[in-house]
Amino acid sequence: MTEVVATNQTILVVGGGISGMTAALEAAECGKDVVLLEKNPALGGRVSQLYRYFPKLCHPTCGLEINLRRLKGNRRIRVMTMSEVTSISGQKGDYTVSVKIKPRFVNENCTACGECAKAVTSEVPDAFNYNLGKVKAAYLPSAMAYPQRYVLDPSVIGTPEADQAKAACKYGAIDLEMKEETVQIKAGAVIWATGWQPYDAAKIQPYGYDRFANVITSVEFERLADPHGPTGGKILRPGDGKEAKNVAFIQCAGSRDENHLRHCSRICCMASLKQTNYVTEKFGDDGKSTIYYIDIRAIDRFEDFYQKVQANPNVKFVKSKVAKIVQDEKSGNPILHGVDTEGYNRYATEHDLVVLAVGMAPSVPAGMIPAEIVADSSGFIQQDEANGGFFGAGCATNALDVNRAVQSATASALRAIQVVNQVARAEA
Amino acid sequence: MSDLNTQAKEKYHNNFLKEVAANVEEGDWVKMCMQCGVCSGSCPFGPHWAHPPQEIFMMIRAGKREEVLTSDSMWMCTSCYNCIVRCPRKLPITHIMHGLANYAHRLGLAPKNQPTRQFAKLFWNNIVKTGRVNELKLSLGLYFKDGLASGVKTGMAMSSVGLGLVKAKRLNPMEILGGHGCKDIKGIQAMVKKAQEIEAKRKGFTAA
Repeated sequence: MTEVVATNQTILVVGGGISGMTAALEAAECGKDVVLLEKNPALGGRVSQLYRYFPKLCHPTCGLEINLRRLKGNRRIRVMTMSEVTSISGQKGDYTVSVKIKPRFVNENCTACGECAKAVTSEVPDAFNYNLGKVKAAYLPSAMAYPQRYVLDPSVIGTPEADQAKAACKYGAIDLEMKEETVQIKAGAVIWATGWQPYDAAKIQPYGYDRFANVITSVEFERLADPHGPTGGKILRPGDGKEAKNVAFIQCAGSRDENHLRHCSRICCMASLKQTNYVTEKFGDDGKSTIYYIDIRAIDRFEDFYQKVQANPNVKFVKSKVAKIVQDEKSGNPILHGVDTEGYNRYATEHDLVVLAVGMAPSVPAGMIPAEIVADSSGFIQQDEANGGFFGAGCATNALDVNRAVQSATASALRAIQVVNQVARAEA
Repeated sequence: MSDLNTQAKEKYHNNFLKEVAANVEEGDWVKMCMQCGVCSGSCPFGPHWAHPPQEIFMMIRAGKREEVLTSDSMWMCTSCYNCIVRCPRKLPITHIMHGLANYAHRLGLAPKNQPTRQFAKLFWNNIVKTGRVNELKLSLGLYFKDGLASGVKTGMAMSSVGLGLVKAKRLNPMEILGGHGCKDIKGIQAMVKKAQEIEAKRKGFTAA
């Protein structure tokens, strides 16, 4: 399966989220050969883990489905999952990339019938749901995973469970002999679409993310609201499984803070405004949201979305960065302490659940990329001549929403195409 | 009010933010405040001040000169540094609070009977005399700050503590006669005087 035909006219796209998929598709649809690498077992990245997009509140499955359809119909893209770049040599127009491929233990015969999952008993943390729940050690990464193929967790390999899974498979899809391997790929240009990760909320000590069960992050809240999530779409708080009808959103949790992330993560205000809709959607007038903010940054044309949320009588805005959270021992309710800026009133407000609107940090800070690359102080890749044939796309370059990430990816595809075109002309 | 106060008012034409930036220790940081409120919420003394730091900074920008300088808020700061540690913009808030208190004191606007200020004055006058703190005189000065009657009352209430300290040789009753000093008392006093001159020259003040 690892036979990859690539030349120095090939464009390598690292990262198979919305940005990487877009960059790969745009380049391939212009007639270029593309290799698309993804670290996880399935494409889609963090977009696939959202419940809804702002501002139209449609489901991300929609946008992803279109891209997957384009992908399936395009013979110029070679998708490699569970693959990571370990080193790169060469220069613009002629790179050699080492790619490490982790074993999936399931081959392309898989029909996603699910018999292997029934055969195994042990469970592993469910990464797709931000470890809020568990999945069987033989699992489909998500409902709309592409490739639609199961994965066997390495923890069961060498145990009788692996043999049970193998025995249960009618299609001979389970291959316990798969080994980790490293392959060399040629490429003329490399697009880094390595995406973002939520800032580690445990580092914001006064908010007690690591101490209080009912303090969660915005990405976890997305999973709670999603019917495919660990609670089947019910907003139940992790502490005691109670319905969380009084939800507090804390903005700038890690962003715009010299002690954490220096930059404004741009999307969090809109994300929280969007998430107040989930509370209203699930509980009607019983669902109350409170947004604690420094200032609301509903970037460019999203101001009307903000106004709509402001008009909702079940959403309250408190202009204040919360100073600390304590937990009520009896009820497990988080109590938020701080001073508001409109009147300097001291408050101690109890909520059922606190959602930290965590900032966006680069998933692979530029310093960790195994190549020389120009980056800003937050580790986001910059557009620079010195980068040669390397281009950043999407959230690897800045904190971006889906819309802007796709624009950024399209731009990076155009830049990469210019490089391989030069190579092609030189060789003609 | 002192002439210094009138001079400062005229010099800055009611632009109090500029005045603070020029004259208050770390005062040029005030403009960096984004009014998030973490300092006020993190302050252990929070509920006891009239104006938490965030509000003081906004008042400075709003030009509420008299209100800020006559406030007792910055005198309440205990230097726990919670605010500095948590400030997302890394403002040296504790230092600014002490800077404001000091500036108000120089201008003669600081609240007269604010206990922290009284203690600070007593302590300063005590230590510069000999280069060593005379704890007996300092305590007695503090007891009698509100007059003879209340001084005797506080003294009586504290007498067991005082006797205990004497027994443990932590307090020498003979200190009342003048007490010990450092080796070079004149040298210390000259140093303090010079430092005050330099500071006054830099800021255009004479020490209050």
